Amino acid sequence: MHLYANPARFLRIAKWLTPLLLVSGLLVTGVALLWGFYNVPPDRLMGDTVRILFVHVPAAWLGMGGWTAIAIASLVELVWRHPLAAIAARAAAVPGAVFTFICLVTGSIWGRPTWGTWWVWDGRLTSMLVLLFLYFGYIALSGSLAREGQSSRIAAIFGLVGAINVPIINRSVVWWNSLHQPPSITTGGSSIDGVFLTPLLIAVLGFSLLFGGVVLARMRTILAEVQAEARLRRKAQKAEFTTEGATA
Amino acid sequence: MRESLDQMLFVYAAFAVTIIATLLLVGQSWLTMRKAEARRDKVKGK
Repeated sequence: MHLYANPARFLRIAKWLTPLLLVSGLLVTGVALLWGFYNVPPDRLMGDTVRILFVHVPAAWLGMGGWTAIAIASLVELVWRHPLAAIAARAAAVPGAVFTFICLVTGSIWGRPTWGTWWVWDGRLTSMLVLLFLYFGYIALSGSLAREGQSSRIAAIFGLVGAINVPIINRSVVWWNSLHQPPSITTGGSSIDGVFLTPLLIAVLGFSLLFGGVVLARMRTILAEVQAEARLRRKAQKAEFTTEGATA
Repeated sequence: MRESLDQMLFVYAAFAVTIIATLLLVGQSWLTMRKAEARRDKVKGK
């Protein structure tokens, strides 16, 4: 892990990996969405709305995956003081929030024709909404700490504590009565027919590649800002020192 | 009374929200990165 702790080494890898992930992500996602839109037959119970699952399910997984990434990076930051961990956590927050938002909106759009309502305050939907608010809190907190030049340890603790919501979201449909269906894909297998499962898994892969590319791009942004600020500060100090030397 | 809803309208809406939000996220992240790296290189070159 410490092999990649060097920002220069990370940047060398990220330079070619970022466009690769973004371009392959766009291609794979495009194929999956076209497949789901044109090639999948209507479901016996859900009808055409089954196609919404090709955008809703990957968004839900990445919303939860984003916070899991924040929690892991926060742990790495607190325990091993990995210099890139805090940057990785900050970089994962906005894409995680965007995919959580997409999950909530597409779920609501799916719910109207399927359940007859846009929203219900059940365990799954409410815990997913809580996740979105956690993201907002994390983005505000980590952004303000970075602007003030303070340590990101408070944000890391927030990232770890907020991770308690991820298993709650996952188990909510098992623990509480819900309109939301129980998990269809588990470690024991899948109850989804292959005709729907294949494009769904391709969509998950495509959106995950995009997520990875976006996180890398945002890490590069944060690193570039830090490097530019450090260089400007050094130059300002040097100029101040030279002026003092001249007047002495 | 049973409502008659065109399911495909909901599918279009869900796809549109996802595609627009994802492209905005990818585009904004890429452009911000390019801008930040250009600023760093400019500062380095001064």
